[in-house]
Amino acid sequence: MIDFTEEQIQRYSRHILLQDVGVEGQEKIMNARVLVVGAGGLGAPVSLYLAAAGIGTIGIVDADVVDLSNLQRQVIHFTKDVGVPKVKSAEEKIKAINPDVKVDTYYEFLDSSNALDIINEYDFVVDGTDNFPVKFLINDACVMAGKPFSHGGILRFNGQTFTHLPGTACYRCMFKEPPPAGAVPTCSQAGVLGAIAGMLGTIQAAETLKYFTGIGDLLTNRLLTFDAKTMQFRTVPVKHRDSCAICGSHPTIDHLIDYEQAACDLKHN
Amino acid sequence: MAKIYVNGDVQEVNLPLNVSELIKQQDVQQPEMVSVQVNEEFAEREDWESIQLKEDDKVDFLYFMGGGSELRIKS
Ligand SMILES: [Zn+2]
Repeated sequence: MIDFTEEQIQRYSRHILLQDVGVEGQEKIMNARVLVVGAGGLGAPVSLYLAAAGIGTIGIVDADVVDLSNLQRQVIHFTKDVGVPKVKSAEEKIKAINPDVKVDTYYEFLDSSNALDIINEYDFVVDGTDNFPVKFLINDACVMAGKPFSHGGILRFNGQTFTHLPGTACYRCMFKEPPPAGAVPTCSQAGVLGAIAGMLGTIQAAETLKYFTGIGDLLTNRLLTFDAKTMQFRTVPVKHRDSCAICGSHPTIDHLIDYEQAACDLKHN
Repeated sequence: MAKIYVNGDVQEVNLPLNVSELIKQQDVQQPEMVSVQVNEEFAEREDWESIQLKEDDKVDFLYFMGGGSELRIKS
């Protein structure tokens, strides 16, 4: 049992007042360890809300430094942070929002050499990455390690997310393998409305908090998609696929894969 | 004419129609960036030509979506 201080009772009062959360739920949140992969468009709102909620430990993986073009949507980074490692910038904001949160920073790329070691330190993983090779890596590593995770993707005016728990549909159940590198939208086609990142990231943060508190129904075996142009939201039922190469009954993938993706860097255009 | 459900919306189509033909009709811009489910079952890409659609079938196109940040990866 955590002994809540007066300050904590006040800070988390709007959670504690919720019948579904209460002191017990808040304690679960404060004992939780969450890994956020990518401190970008999705990782920013996820980290801010998880910090505010009082998640005990937040790990952040990102090998980038803040670029001016990030600030349109990556709301955890400020103008003064341009040039600073994203993990450092994010840590500073998390600490400013909530000094109770412990932050682990990984200023590196997540790849097949470190993914399992890092993921194994946490209870829940949030995919806030911007590319398919790492999305598949996170999926495969989480399935191998038996870790739950929240998947998130955004493009232009659209977003999609699902939550994986061991035994439920994984990313490969829905998308067998990464798209051919040549098919991935080019830079000029791959913009995104900044607020879409916030819409999707806050759904991921809500799923994370639901997971730890056991509230409601997670987005398992369902892919939530939305189109902000019409504000139509839809959940597509998806199934765990027995022939899935990673989570099926006869998995053919027995090691993590570093897929290649064609580089496309707006910074140098 | 038969009615099928594409991404949840009812559509009138002429049969016979296979999944590949439906993708062309729907003007899917990049078929390589789409994953298809027919009646909530994953449809293998190599089966798209041979899966014949019928009345009341539900077809869902799932699109690959990245993260909206610059598409870059370590070099
Ligand atoms: Zn699977």
